[in-house]
Amino acid sequence: MAKTSLVVGFVALTVACSGGHESRATPPAARVTTSAAAPAGALGTAARAASLAPDSGSAQWIIPAKNYASTRYSGLGQITAANVSRLGLAWTFSTGVSRGHEAAPLVVGSTMYVVTPFPNILYALDLSKPGAPLKWEYQPNPSTASQGVACCDVVNRGAVYYDGKIIYNTLDANTVAVDARTGKQVWRTRVGDINRGESVTMAPLVVKGKVLVGNSGGEFGIRGWLTALDAGTGKLAWRAYTTGPDTDVLIGPRFKPFYPLDQGKDLGVSSWPGDAWQYGGGGVWGWISYDPELNLIYYGTSNPGPWNPDVRPGDNKWTAGVFARDPDTGEAVWAYQWNPHDVYDHDGINELLLLDLPINGATRKVLVAPERNGYVYVLDRATGEVLSADPFGYITTSRGVDLKSGRPIMVPEKAPRTGQVVREICPAAPGVKDWQPSSWSPRTGLLYIPHQNLCQDEEGTEANYIAGTPYVAAIVKMYAGPGGYRGEMTAWDPVARKIVWNVHERFPVWSGTVVTEGDVVFYGTMDGWFKALDARSGKELWRFKTGSGIIGQPVTYLGPDGKQYVAVLAGVGGWAGAVVAGGLDTRDSSAALGFVNAMKDLPAATTKGGTLYVFALP
Amino acid sequence: MSSPSRSGCRRRRELLAAVLLAAALSACQREDRRFRTWPPAASAIPAVRQSELQPGPTTRDLTVRNEYGDNAWAVSEGKRLYNQFNCSGCHFQGGGGIGPPLMDSQWIYGSQPENIFATIVEGRPNGMPSFRGKLGNDQVWKLVAYVRSMSGLLAKDVASGRNDDMQVRSQEQSTEKARPVQSAVPPASQRP
Repeated sequence: MAKTSLVVGFVALTVACSGGHESRATPPAARVTTSAAAPAGALGTAARAASLAPDSGSAQWIIPAKNYASTRYSGLGQITAANVSRLGLAWTFSTGVSRGHEAAPLVVGSTMYVVTPFPNILYALDLSKPGAPLKWEYQPNPSTASQGVACCDVVNRGAVYYDGKIIYNTLDANTVAVDARTGKQVWRTRVGDINRGESVTMAPLVVKGKVLVGNSGGEFGIRGWLTALDAGTGKLAWRAYTTGPDTDVLIGPRFKPFYPLDQGKDLGVSSWPGDAWQYGGGGVWGWISYDPELNLIYYGTSNPGPWNPDVRPGDNKWTAGVFARDPDTGEAVWAYQWNPHDVYDHDGINELLLLDLPINGATRKVLVAPERNGYVYVLDRATGEVLSADPFGYITTSRGVDLKSGRPIMVPEKAPRTGQVVREICPAAPGVKDWQPSSWSPRTGLLYIPHQNLCQDEEGTEANYIAGTPYVAAIVKMYAGPGGYRGEMTAWDPVARKIVWNVHERFPVWSGTVVTEGDVVFYGTMDGWFKALDARSGKELWRFKTGSGIIGQPVTYLGPDGKQYVAVLAGVGGWAGAVVAGGLDTRDSSAALGFVNAMKDLPAATTKGGTLYVFALP
Repeated sequence: MSSPSRSGCRRRRELLAAVLLAAALSACQREDRRFRTWPPAASAIPAVRQSELQPGPTTRDLTVRNEYGDNAWAVSEGKRLYNQFNCSGCHFQGGGGIGPPLMDSQWIYGSQPENIFATIVEGRPNGMPSFRGKLGNDQVWKLVAYVRSMSGLLAKDVASGRNDDMQVRSQEQSTEKARPVQSAVPPASQRP
């Protein structure tokens, strides 16, 4: 079956290559039949991904998460655990940009698309020619001032392909659509305002002709939102705020949250003091998933602002939580807060994997979320009920999640407060896991989670809201958690709810992961090693040293020559790598929101600079 | 009759007096505190240059003297303003983050008081906001003094010797002077 899909994929690609661009330009989502999902079922595991659309076959990689279920699983099986040790460099491409490269390259037909961090250049590379020469580049010229409202390096997490266009966001809060064939701008829409502290770093997702975009700026006192733009014109379809009255949050008669603590009128106002909801954070800078069957999109919201919790008593809804919405209207169907009244900058924006898992003898439609607060959540994605929440890292801040009320059981003495230093807060602000996306294989049933092992000391300080400037009010100093290692790659069984294997890394694993039909997991390290592990045992099978640390998202695709390739952007930076990308001074432990203290040895381990690396078997 | 114990007592008193005098004298040398210190007029700003390269003969520039750079109270006020106006949100306690470090030797837009004044008031193209109209000149000059103290550019008796919050760096007072160099590398990513 797997072989069949590979052949089908290859035929599709050949057809696409021989046809005009238009035929290549229409492979997306809805047109992929459910047979694409068959390999998982055929292998006899009850677990499967909810929807592989818009997978467009294994040959291509047209959205960063690979498919709507966000599994980042590739059905390509040429590179296997048995032969990956022979993997070698095929070609490279310098992006000319030296900040943190977090994006996933896209492959559509015989073209690869790469988005850089600010200034957000889009490159198109011709995969049909030797060495993949540049076809064109597009420069959106974002406002240079926008760099001043990017909390954690000027990153961009990638573009999406939809209906002949490459669509992505620029740091100065514009969404652009570019003709995938010519590189000419089709439309451009300003979605946010840097003078209110808003920027956009996330990769959009297109669902039913709507481009879904959210803002960044939880450290700048923004008011978070998710916006839908018409994919054809860029015109605003709807906007759903994270905070404020129900009419702004698009909470109406269809809203049925599972837990009583989330039920009530205008909780987005009443769970805040005064007008604090107007600058209370709750940005939408992470990942969005979509279940076509339930017609629901799922996404998380960022931390409330400021970090110092003393100035915002209450649950601070709907920050640090998750929403299920109707993509057509934006209406909320359910919501749940991972961290009501978050006190640790534990954003809830991580990837949400939509899986159908056998739980207690029945197949449940679930949403799996490895969260910053240190728990892997399994939620019923139709209702928002938490089925399980289990720790996957070292935690001193909470004792678990009360499944009856839905509330985490917090440890009060570990809560930061004004004018007092609280020590050994574990996990630190970036959590046990930050934005870096996991992958999931239907073959092993395992979730491959890239993450970190960090703790911190924190003191709350005076908070002053000045629009367009940071609104954090905390002094933080991070350091390695127990064991001394700062990064981990964990294989997690979401059904058995336990770690299957685990690899320690010196630095936080800030790159994404991809897992393939060849049972190989790829990820990169901040000191520049691109690694392949055995998906079943975690044994390292291969490694390659890149020019700069890796925080990008690896992808794999089938080249026009029928060979499987693996691609990843190197280029250290991001919050974890700001010490190198921003040339920061390690004598200040609080630099970069305290992350520098944990990364003092990174400048000796890597230098900055963005380069795309592409690998293949000989 | 003088007993040995009484003469010993007098010697101790003399010693104490000498110690007190020495302490008082050294305190006098600590800082020449002027209670009427005026900041430079903001009109000195047209003297600011971004480049040392001048076409034709080199002209002598007006230099600006920031009296606050010699005044411990003004520097401590600058430190308070630095945190209150969220400078610390980007530059942290000098190590940088969103903005560049301020405790090192690298100065992208110049280290002289007038340069720093211009940077705060005018803003800079790679993300530094313009605080024009948001801060009074007096506040800016206090900030300028404090910013220079972060890399040890002020006299030790003027720079802050204590911190009210969690210790995250050496005190400004004990920070070794970092001789300013004009940095060639802007903080922003560079275009190809």
